[in-house]
Amino acid sequence: MTDISDLKSRDEWVSEGRKARLGKRHRAERRFKILGLGAILIALSMLATLLVSIGSKGYSAFVQTRFELTVTLDEAVIHPNGDSSVPAVRGASYGTLIRKALRAEFPDVKARRELRSLFGIVSKGASRQLRTMVMENPAVIGETISVWLVASDDMDMFNKGYIPRNVVEADRRIKDNEIKWFDQLAAKGATQKVFNWGFFSSGDSREPEIAGIWGAIVGSFYTILITFAIAFPIGVMSAIYLEEFAPKNRLTDIIEVNINNLAAVPSIVFGLLGVGLFLNVAHFPRSASVVGGLTLALMTLPIIIISARTAIRAVPDSIRNAALGLGASRQQTAFHHVLPLSMPGILTGTIIGLSQALGETAPLLMIGMVAFIVDIPGNVTDPATVLPVQIFLWADSPERAFVEKTSGAILVLLAFLVFMNALAVLLRRKFERRW
Amino acid sequence: MQMIAEITNQEMLENNVVISAEEVSVFYSDKQALNSVSLDIPENQITSLIGPSGCGKSTFLRCLNRMNDTVEGCRVEGLITLEGQDIYAPSVDEVLLRAKVGMVFQKPNPFPKSIYENVAYGPRIHGLARNKDELDDIVLTSLEKAGLLNEVRDRLNSTGTSLSGGQQQRLCIARALAVQPDIILMDEPCSALDPIATAKVEELIEELRINYTIIIVTHSMQQAARISQKTAFFHLGEIVEVGDTEQLFTSPSDSRTQGYITGRFG
Repeated sequence: MTDISDLKSRDEWVSEGRKARLGKRHRAERRFKILGLGAILIALSMLATLLVSIGSKGYSAFVQTRFELTVTLDEAVIHPNGDSSVPAVRGASYGTLIRKALRAEFPDVKARRELRSLFGIVSKGASRQLRTMVMENPAVIGETISVWLVASDDMDMFNKGYIPRNVVEADRRIKDNEIKWFDQLAAKGATQKVFNWGFFSSGDSREPEIAGIWGAIVGSFYTILITFAIAFPIGVMSAIYLEEFAPKNRLTDIIEVNINNLAAVPSIVFGLLGVGLFLNVAHFPRSASVVGGLTLALMTLPIIIISARTAIRAVPDSIRNAALGLGASRQQTAFHHVLPLSMPGILTGTIIGLSQALGETAPLLMIGMVAFIVDIPGNVTDPATVLPVQIFLWADSPERAFVEKTSGAILVLLAFLVFMNALAVLLRRKFERRW
Repeated sequence: MQMIAEITNQEMLENNVVISAEEVSVFYSDKQALNSVSLDIPENQITSLIGPSGCGKSTFLRCLNRMNDTVEGCRVEGLITLEGQDIYAPSVDEVLLRAKVGMVFQKPNPFPKSIYENVAYGPRIHGLARNKDELDDIVLTSLEKAGLLNEVRDRLNSTGTSLSGGQQQRLCIARALAVQPDIILMDEPCSALDPIATAKVEELIEELRINYTIIIVTHSMQQAARISQKTAFFHLGEIVEVGDTEQLFTSPSDSRTQGYITGRFG
C-alpha cells in the first residue's frame, strides 16, 4: 500500500505529471464545449434555413396583384331579357363586362388570338368579384365605374418578379404583348399590390390567384375539435383509472406496454384503421372531418394517456393520503384533488398531442381528405380538407403561383403550431407546482 | 409528580377500551411488517407508539383506520375492533371508518387550496353542514380547537400552503377535527417541525385529549414521555413492552426497552 502522506506531499501537488494531466483535462473540457456549441449552431442554422426559405417564398402569397379597369355595368347584360330577379343577376355573364372593359382599355388589340391572351391577364375569379360587388350594391347597375380586379396568376407572378423580363420570349411563361399591356397599366397607375384577404377567406381553387386556405382552416378546426372531443375524455379517464384505481397486475402491465407501443405506431397505420373501421364498417361519409377527427383521435389517444398518467403520478401521495384520511372515497380523492392538480400537466400533454394531430397528413390521405374541395365545410360531415393536406395538394400542383401558396400555407400552419405549443408552455409555466 | 401519576393511573382504570387489536399481523407482499401485535387503546388518553425505524409502529397505526388498504399488496390478519365492531368486517365501509378515526400525517399536507377550503372539505364530503352558515361554524370551531383561529382569522382565503410548517400541521389537525372524529391517529406529527412549533402542537395534542382519543407515533422519547399516558414499545414488528408511560420510562421491564430509551440503539 502507498503511504497516504506521499500522495499529499507538496511535490506531488505541483509535479510535472499532475500539471500535464490538468492541462489535458482542461483541453478535453474546452473541446467538449466547442463540440456542443457547434452541434447547437448546426441545429439552429438548419432551423433558420427552413424558416428563411419558407418565409422568403411564402410571404408573397399574402399579397396579390390587382388591375384597375373601367367597367360599364351594362344593364342589358346584368338583367338579361329585362329580368331583374336575384337569380338572374347572379347568373349574368360578368365575364362579358370585363372583356368589354379590356377591349376598351386596349382598343388596338384586334386579332382573335391576341384578344384571348388579353382577356387572360385578368383572373377567372374577377367575374365573381364583380358579381359579388353588384349583388351587394345593385344601385351601381347601369353605371360606369372603375374597379380593382384580381390579376391572373401569371401576371401576379410577373409583378412579383418571379418571371424575369430579360429571357427570350419562347422560354417565358408570359409573352411580350402581355408585358406591354402590363407596362401600359402600370404607367397609368392602374396596377397595385394589396394584402391578399382572399387567401384567408376563400376555399381552394384551380386558379392559384383566388385559391385560399379558409376551407382548410375550417376543416382543420372541425377535425381537431372531433379529435379533442373524443381523445381528451377517453384519454383522461383511462389515465385516471390506470393510475388511481387499477390493480397493478399482469393485465395492467400488458395494457401499459401496449399503450406505449401505440404511441410509436406510424400514423399511416392509424389511417388504415380509420378506413377499415369508420368507412368500411361504420359507413361514415368519406373525406369528412368527423372521420379525420376520429382517426386522429386514435392516434392522439396514447399520447394523451401517457402525458396524463405522468401528470397524475406527479401529484404527491401526501395529497391522496390527506383526502383518504379525511374519509374521502378513492373516486372523490381522484376527482376533487388529484385531477385538478394534474390538469395543467394533462392539458399541456393534450395540446402537444393535438398540435401533432394538426400537422398530420398521412392518415388523412388514407380516409380521402385529399379530395379537391372548393366549398367551405359547414359542419363535421361535410367533405373537407385540412391544412397539411392542402399544403400537400398545392405542392403537387404544376402552376408556378402555387409555390408561394404552398409556402404561405406552411407559414399559417406553423403559426398555428407555434401558437399551440406556446400555449402549452405558458400553461406549464403558470400552473407548474413544486412539491 | 407523584400525584399526577396516581391520577393518570386512576384515569386509566376508569377509561374504556375504545380500540382493541388482537394478534394483528401485517404483510407487505411477502414481507411481514407486524407479527401478532395485541394492544388496547384507552378512551380519551394519549397512547404513544415508540420504537426504532422500521419497527412497524406506523404500520400498526395505519391499520387502525385501514389506510393500509390503499397500499398495494398489503394484507392484514388478526382482529381490530373499534367499540366492539370488527373494522375489517366486510360490512364496514372504510370511508365511514376514516371519518370516525381521523389521521394527521408526518409531513404537513394541506391541500393547495385556501385555509377555509382545507377545513371545509371534510364536512362537505360527509354532508355535515346543511348550509353555508353551518359550514362556516364548523370551520371556525375546528380552527379554534386547533389553536389556529387567531393566527389565520383574517386570511381564511389565502392558501394553506402559505402558512409556516407548524401552522400547516395545526391546519391539518383542524381539518381532521372538522370531520368530528372520535379518535385521531398521528404519525410523527412533529418530526418536520422546529422546537417551538413542536411545543405548540404538543400543547394542542394535550388539550385535545379531553374530547378525543389520540394515538401518536413518535420518534422522540421525550415527546412520548411528555404527552402520553400509555406507551407501547415496538421492536422488529412486535410489541416488546406496553404500559403506563411513567412506568415504562422509569422502570422498563424488558432489557430492549431499557436499551432503546437510554439511547443504546434505535
